[in-house]
Amino acid sequence: MKVIYVDNNATTMVAPEVLDAMMPYFSEFYGNPSSMHSFGGDVASKINAARENVARLIGAAPDEIVFTSCGTESDGTAIRAAIESYPAKKHIVTSRVEHPAIKNLFETLSKKGYRTSFVPVDSKGKLDLDYLYDSLSEDTAVVSLMWGNNETGVIFPVEEISREIKGRGILFHTDAVQAAGKIPIDVNQTGVDMLSLSGHKFHAPKGIGALYIRKGTKFSPFMIGGHQEKGRRGGTENTASIIGLGKAAQLAAAHLQENGYDRVSRLRDKLERTLLENVPNAIINGDPANRLPNTTSIAFEYVEGEAILLMMNEHGICASSGSACTSGSLEPSHVLRAMGVPFTAAHGSIRFSLSRYNTEDEIDVILEKLPPIIKRLRELSPFWKQAMGT
Amino acid sequence: MWEYTDKVREHFLNPRNVGVIEDADGVGEVGSIACGDALTFYFKLDESGKIKDATFQTFGCASAIASSSALTEMVKGMTLEEAEKITNEDIAEFLGGLPKEKMHCSVMGRDALEKAISCYRGEPEKKVEGEIVCECFGVTDREIERVVRENQLTTIDDVTDYVKAGGGCTNCHDRIQEIIDSILGTERPVKQKTPALTNLQKIKLIEESIEREINPTLKKDAGKLELIDVDGNRVLVRLGGTCASCAKSPVTLKHYVESRLRELVSPEIVVEEVQ
Repeated sequence: MKVIYVDNNATTMVAPEVLDAMMPYFSEFYGNPSSMHSFGGDVASKINAARENVARLIGAAPDEIVFTSCGTESDGTAIRAAIESYPAKKHIVTSRVEHPAIKNLFETLSKKGYRTSFVPVDSKGKLDLDYLYDSLSEDTAVVSLMWGNNETGVIFPVEEISREIKGRGILFHTDAVQAAGKIPIDVNQTGVDMLSLSGHKFHAPKGIGALYIRKGTKFSPFMIGGHQEKGRRGGTENTASIIGLGKAAQLAAAHLQENGYDRVSRLRDKLERTLLENVPNAIINGDPANRLPNTTSIAFEYVEGEAILLMMNEHGICASSGSACTSGSLEPSHVLRAMGVPFTAAHGSIRFSLSRYNTEDEIDVILEKLPPIIKRLRELSPFWKQAMGT
Repeated sequence: MWEYTDKVREHFLNPRNVGVIEDADGVGEVGSIACGDALTFYFKLDESGKIKDATFQTFGCASAIASSSALTEMVKGMTLEEAEKITNEDIAEFLGGLPKEKMHCSVMGRDALEKAISCYRGEPEKKVEGEIVCECFGVTDREIERVVRENQLTTIDDVTDYVKAGGGCTNCHDRIQEIIDSILGTERPVKQKTPALTNLQKIKLIEESIEREINPTLKKDAGKLELIDVDGNRVLVRLGGTCASCAKSPVTLKHYVESRLRELVSPEIVVEEVQ
């Protein structure tokens, strides 16, 4: 059965060009970039070329990029560096809809005595900016807000927030794991102090990420060790993956340059529009006017998400759900709950996240298979007929 | 992804007996849309009082649908007396097992069946028994007690897997732990504490033990044990009959007599032979 992969916010296919670029660094060029011989030194220069590509993707200078093992490490490094740099400050700020890498870190810090503000969002997932600005004080060490939401795709106004925060002695970190490679990012125009990204969300392999640290930002490393990454992240470089990330960044930048995401968002819009036309009681979660181009979260009322996913799975369609049952927890996703999505809808929410590798044919298969699945599950559901008043 | 058995998958993809019985003899509704799963179960009896037809409607995940489908298949042909003996374990077993985190789906099936039978018998709609412990999922202390007892649960996570309690805000975790502790505490076989014996009681107990337990056994080999004296925990004995001349008698003394007396009287007993 052919797989139709529309779960690209979970992870993506490694681009063939990326894999090709990486392969020699597993076999032929296995030198240690720190070595004092050209066999290793040549690898170091390739790593720097990769660093330039990653920097270019977000408008940074190469030495502002530190390679890490993943988005979670980047997030953790940024937040811990921020609070260690300002030990007297005991207040940290984030939103209620962050990825667990930030959410759980902030909850842990809260237990360790940090005063933590979780800024709410409205029903469309838009950040309550007044609440955010009101929460800031001289005691605030860091504000961390995601650029694009992994579940709904909703984009936070990072640039506007950054302008407001600037000059107040507060560090601003953004988790751009879902945004990087999908929308244009310019760290200088935006003015963020730190930014996290992850390779496997834009066709590099899993296990490689990066942290942007603005020049002049106080910093202390999380992984203490050798002089790698200029002492900002110890440990021998994951050379092949770094080369892969560099290639993926180059491809993503080119794709953005060519407005390649216009095609992705057209496919997304077709999927969304047609589903809404053909399936009654389907609702978009989030702010359609302000989203990542590849993401849609659709709530199918009165049915349960896991059941939808497993029935789609029978047709090779891979998506994900904000429902409780899929996560092993009993409550629907914290993102949908923070948005106040009613239970009738939250449990039946499905996220489709596309990539440049999806085709119109694949979207058509989903459009053919999904409406009967929803219909079938609603026939099983005791609430559907009640809701329809029959 | 959950590891569902083929049977769960099969009952999920091709659920049996979906629908409503308009003139049902019994109907049981459990769960709610807020909780993420809900089941309405219907049955119809034949003239002999056996379940002729059973159907369901379920809102929920694959295992909730499969558990409901399984339940309808299981009860068909049963009398109500037979049906009411079905436990959540039976439903899970019918499906070849459920992931631990999904056991609450089987509990939901059992609850719907019970409600439908009560409904048929005209028993008044049971008020919520006990006190709500888990506010998020509306689970009472009685429900938690029952599931802990019936499924030998030992942790809060277990309770969450079976009845969802504690799966939301986690504020009730202390209370759930108390319930588990009280059940494990009362129902665990209590170790019998041996009360301290007086000297007189101890001597009497030793005498009795030798007469009732030890000598009848030795007698089989035509042996005999005579109690000479008791000094604290030292028990002085003389071996008679065949034992007196048996080369194995020191072994008998240590391995049989002493260990029996330690069991029956006190673990500190030391047996010594006097010639």
